[in-house]
Amino acid sequence: MHTWKFGDDIDTDAIIPGRYLTLYDPKELAAHAFEGTRDAFAREAAEGDIIVAGRNFGCGSSREHAPIAIRGAGVQVVVAVSFARIFYRNCIATGVLPVICPEAETITEDEEITLHPDEGYLTAGGRTLAVEPVPAFMRKIIDAGGLVEYAKTITELELCTK
Amino acid sequence: MAATITEKIFSRRCGKEISAGDVMMAPIDAAMIHDITGPLAITKFREMDGTTVFDPSKIIMLFDHQVPADSIPAAENQKFMRDFAAEQGIVNYDIHEGVCHQVAVEKGRVRPGDIVVGGDSHTCTYGAIGAFATGIGSTDMGFAMKYGALHFRVPESLKLTTNGTFQHRVGPKDLILSMIGDLTVDGATYRAVEFAGDTISRMSVPGRMTCCNMAIEMGGKAGIVAPDEVTRTYCGGRTDGSWFDLAADEDAAYVLEREYDAADLVPQIAAPHNVDNVRDVTKYEGTPIDQVFIGSCTNGRFEDLAEAADVLGGRKFAPGVRVIIVPASKTEYMKALRSGLISIFVEAGGLVMAPCCGPCMGGAFGLLAPGEVSLSTSNRNFRGRQGSTEAEVYLCSPATAAASAVKGAITDPREVA
Repeated sequence: MHTWKFGDDIDTDAIIPGRYLTLYDPKELAAHAFEGTRDAFAREAAEGDIIVAGRNFGCGSSREHAPIAIRGAGVQVVVAVSFARIFYRNCIATGVLPVICPEAETITEDEEITLHPDEGYLTAGGRTLAVEPVPAFMRKIIDAGGLVEYAKTITELELCTK
Repeated sequence: MAATITEKIFSRRCGKEISAGDVMMAPIDAAMIHDITGPLAITKFREMDGTTVFDPSKIIMLFDHQVPADSIPAAENQKFMRDFAAEQGIVNYDIHEGVCHQVAVEKGRVRPGDIVVGGDSHTCTYGAIGAFATGIGSTDMGFAMKYGALHFRVPESLKLTTNGTFQHRVGPKDLILSMIGDLTVDGATYRAVEFAGDTISRMSVPGRMTCCNMAIEMGGKAGIVAPDEVTRTYCGGRTDGSWFDLAADEDAAYVLEREYDAADLVPQIAAPHNVDNVRDVTKYEGTPIDQVFIGSCTNGRFEDLAEAADVLGGRKFAPGVRVIIVPASKTEYMKALRSGLISIFVEAGGLVMAPCCGPCMGGAFGLLAPGEVSLSTSNRNFRGRQGSTEAEVYLCSPATAAASAVKGAITDPREVA
């Protein structure tokens, strides 16, 4: 497991440049993840790696290609101080776990990370850092395995108008 | 209970009192898909065992990012969407009408008080006419197209009040850039941004669209202006006449309130590579530029083109500067054509393209080489957004773009005309 450390305001154009948005296959998208800004990621990222970032990770576009590219590269978890809203939802819909950790900036690339999101913490390099729980309605989607799988479990929509 | 515009929209739609923080499955009034995020949305719709969309008349489909198709994969994606539209009975504006956000509003497909989702982050533009509109990803869109509903957390709101009259050559784009500079790129994350004050009341719907369009650049889930007489006049001939009193209550709860004075504002620039890297234009005056782009869902409307042409005043664009002008829609293009603006731009040395997103997303044309500098009226200056990651993009108003295109360097439009 390797930790990929990023700073603040990592935007969706950096995660997957616009010229690759005709692609939809996770592996094909992963081959261009962070192209031009962190070229080593596409070459070296492996299954089980974790991204750790600062504030506002995933700002910008609604392109779901961004979490798909990250997942295609093997990353199932992104730990960040904060996330942009659409990216956060897109992670949950596509099977990437977004973990909000206010002290994520203290995590270094050589630290082993163990996640306990339901208990509200993670450990990194032996330290215990608090993480925010995933909202209950998002939890249902994650537990189903993503929004596609969740949709298949619905027999009747519980609309707010009822 | 006192309510914000957003709380009123959700309460009206749900038939009961709704407050910020409530989580619910809410019905949607329209869903917009385009050529970039649409194919994946359709794929997800199918994966959810979707067979027929909830209501074809509520799906807005068009192509704007890669228009006309600039590669075989782009052509395949557009064909895939055309086939889906035909199968489902969805009206497809295809490549003919222009940029999604402009077309959705000008065709009357979005109404005040609607809850709208779009497969594009700048869907918040529709807040200009008092809709609650927000950008979503493709899997969420697949769900929305199947069920006609989506799960929402009703956001808290920010209230940004602007009073006063703009100086000559200062306008809505300068205002929203200064607000983003003030609040930063994540200052409104998960919030709805209400624009209020007498400056906004006097502002046209196109000007309001410019402001609401960039709410996402401060992290906002939506940007919104309470519908008023300006909205009523604009929407009157376009929609079925639905009309709702959505003005926020005076004692509505906001997480943040700020006041701005339009008269104090000078032309603004967002410098590379963050939208909140905003300074007065005077700080960057004289910076040489290689390309100028006037267009996009932020500033490609007729009044933007008219302002640019007025600044130009019959002069030529500076030698060595590539000026790309892209009207936001066919309607706006035809207004510009009939009023002579297109001739002015072409004779000045500009390239006027058919309505589409243009160089904004770096999709179809007008890409930048390493080391080049672009001045753009679009909404994002992210590294690599318009081509090489070693190029630089500055954001500005149409007036500043035109003045700079004449001089060949970033220029304060108040000095030109």
